[in-house]
Amino acid sequence: MNIHEYQAKEILRQLGVPVLFGKAVFTAPEAGAAAFNDFVQRGVSTIVIKAQIHAGGRGKGIVYDPISNDPVMVMDKQLRGVTVVHEGNLADRAYNIAKGLLGNKLVTAQTGPEGKIVRRVFIEEGCNIGHEYYCSILLDRQTSQNLIMVSTEGGMDIEQVAEETPEKLLKEFVDPITGLQGFQIRRLGFGLGLSGKSLASFVKFIEVLYKAYVETDCSMLEVNPLVSTVDGEFVALDAKVNFDDNALYRHPEYLELRDVEEEDPLEVEAGKYNLNYIKLDGNVGCMVNGAGLAMGTMDIIQLAGGRPANFLDVGGGADVQRISNAFRIMMSDPHVEAVLINIFGGIVRCDRVANGILQALEQVSVNVPVIVRLDGTNAVEAREILQKSGMDFLVAATLKDAADRVTEALERNTIPVV
Amino acid sequence: MSVLVNKDSKILVQGITGSEGTFHASQMLEYGTNVVGGVTPGKGGSMYSGKGEDTFNRPVPVFNTVSDAVSATKANVSIIFVPAPMAADACLEAIEAGIGVIVCITEGIPVNDMITVKAALLQSNSVLIGPNCPGIITPGECKIGIMPGFIFTEGNVGLVSRSGTLTYEAVKQLSDVGLGQTTCIGIGGDPIIGTQFIDVIKLFNADPATEAIVMIGEIGGSAEEEAAMYIKKHVTKPVVGFIAGQTAPPGRRMGHAGAIVAGSKGTAAEKMAIMRECGITVVDSPASIGITMKNVLSKMHNGVATKPLAKKGNGKPAVEKAAVAKSSGVKPVVAKPAVKKTAAKKVTATSKKSKDN
Repeated sequence: MNIHEYQAKEILRQLGVPVLFGKAVFTAPEAGAAAFNDFVQRGVSTIVIKAQIHAGGRGKGIVYDPISNDPVMVMDKQLRGVTVVHEGNLADRAYNIAKGLLGNKLVTAQTGPEGKIVRRVFIEEGCNIGHEYYCSILLDRQTSQNLIMVSTEGGMDIEQVAEETPEKLLKEFVDPITGLQGFQIRRLGFGLGLSGKSLASFVKFIEVLYKAYVETDCSMLEVNPLVSTVDGEFVALDAKVNFDDNALYRHPEYLELRDVEEEDPLEVEAGKYNLNYIKLDGNVGCMVNGAGLAMGTMDIIQLAGGRPANFLDVGGGADVQRISNAFRIMMSDPHVEAVLINIFGGIVRCDRVANGILQALEQVSVNVPVIVRLDGTNAVEAREILQKSGMDFLVAATLKDAADRVTEALERNTIPVV
Repeated sequence: MSVLVNKDSKILVQGITGSEGTFHASQMLEYGTNVVGGVTPGKGGSMYSGKGEDTFNRPVPVFNTVSDAVSATKANVSIIFVPAPMAADACLEAIEAGIGVIVCITEGIPVNDMITVKAALLQSNSVLIGPNCPGIITPGECKIGIMPGFIFTEGNVGLVSRSGTLTYEAVKQLSDVGLGQTTCIGIGGDPIIGTQFIDVIKLFNADPATEAIVMIGEIGGSAEEEAAMYIKKHVTKPVVGFIAGQTAPPGRRMGHAGAIVAGSKGTAAEKMAIMRECGITVVDSPASIGITMKNVLSKMHNGVATKPLAKKGNGKPAVEKAAVAKSSGVKPVVAKPAVKKTAAKKVTATSKKSKDN
């Protein structure tokens, strides 16, 4: 699960990680009021106004009007996802910038051209940056250990750093038996060229950050940039937190931080029925049991000349309710021209699935060709049930067969109806 | 012939009185698996024969702890159906009790818990299969998992996969073209798993009954690439491979917690290219796994080398290797499968080694 920067920083702050003072707002008037009451009144002379979306690259990202697609201008300048304000009337400017961000779309290198609508804005106090660094903690799958990475290349695209100048990416693995040790953090600090007060501040920072990573069951925690102020104090200027979904039962309070507006509405709907659905931009919907077979089925669709419209794992118990919900969600996508159901009945019996499909189709109207491939336990009986139903299924016995039926269905679609 | 488990394996079911444990224990008993007992804390000392529709064909003793069960039954394999919050504890208990092969079916174990399990595993002689996997089956001998037993047939193909239903699909294709299996292992779809492709490939390579190998991977991580490099160097048996998720978008978790393309890493295209470079016959379509293996084997039996010699760009048939491969295709008369303990040690030792690298 992803959360916003301001939420991540609040969690980190509570766990002792140094972050700057900030306030999240949802409307432009709130932004103006917060800038005055929480910053100007406290003598803060520089504020940073940051759009909150679940994607990186906001500083360089450009804000557009979602209807006209024109760039949004504030005070004669193209508005970006992050703006530093250090002159004029801070409250007025905060109001105007928030007004320019909220409800408009922010396009960054990570959002794709469609961008993301900004619905929340974070106002943070500025700081005197001495140096910018990169820092992240994540699971290294190869060693099954947590890995801490730092670099002097702060604020950069870290994948590019890893690719082009791997020597600039310093790594320490955490042995689960001994835990993270001081000498490891010092080694990272020396590697960054730190000494004296800034090294001490860095060691303290990494200690608490790692503790926070473990305590909150993160699967990834990225601070980019991590900065040292001109006074040599380390502080998290940005924070990206990814929680391990499997561990959320230990942190029920984090579920409230979920922002469903950042997710695809169909995926949110599917989640309510415990269906594992991911929307894609193709023309052939698919409904499969098991994640591996679902991915394999998507691949088959592509090889058959179509493009998968979704990933959908209906899981083991493919009963009527699940199947009809799955149909409803798939058919809400207007680009779906055909549907492929691929169920390998191991423990689940295919005849039950076939009856489930028939009953589901009484509840949901499906006006595109439906290819059904049921194999495994009671597959022959299942195919008979479907063929005798009088409904217009394309029944396939094998996966190869199913692929051919998909091609056939797509070709049939392109022939104009007389 | 088989790897890791066979008809003499003594199986313990951890979480046997739960609904999943009960159902699958009944199915395993039905298959003829030698289930010697179960573990449910607090229910030790009783005999259990299922409940509701899932009745066992014979009652089995229930124990409070794995070590009690091991001393009473000499169990050497355990299968875990314990809910996710307690599953890591169940794995650690099995490791501590000295179980040789531990199969963890449970899905949804927190990564932090698995880091601990993996560390304990590397200090032990146990092999862990899974978590979040369908289990392991040696057709005709024992089924230690949740797979539908009837699609498997006895034969000479070893299969290893990260997926569940896609494994069944591949097995059915193999059985349909007349190719049975020595042992099939679902290693699981999580980011941290006990046994990797490379570990299973080593076992299949050493097993005289296994004539050819099917390897089914998916997007995410680099385990397929590591296995491919090993195959290039050390494996003479033909390998047919498939990677699920060629059409998966980057950054999205495709069902399995481990199935995610991070940046440009872990894509299907990258994995398939490396596997091909390493001499693996990679299929683009999951529908042609069975038929491809059949073709590869019939070419091999006709004396044509199917796997190029371990040098890139060498298209010529490798005469020596082909000869070895051919002779290993002959049904072996000798060699009982490696004693479990040795096999277990081997896997552990190699995982330690790969960690050091």
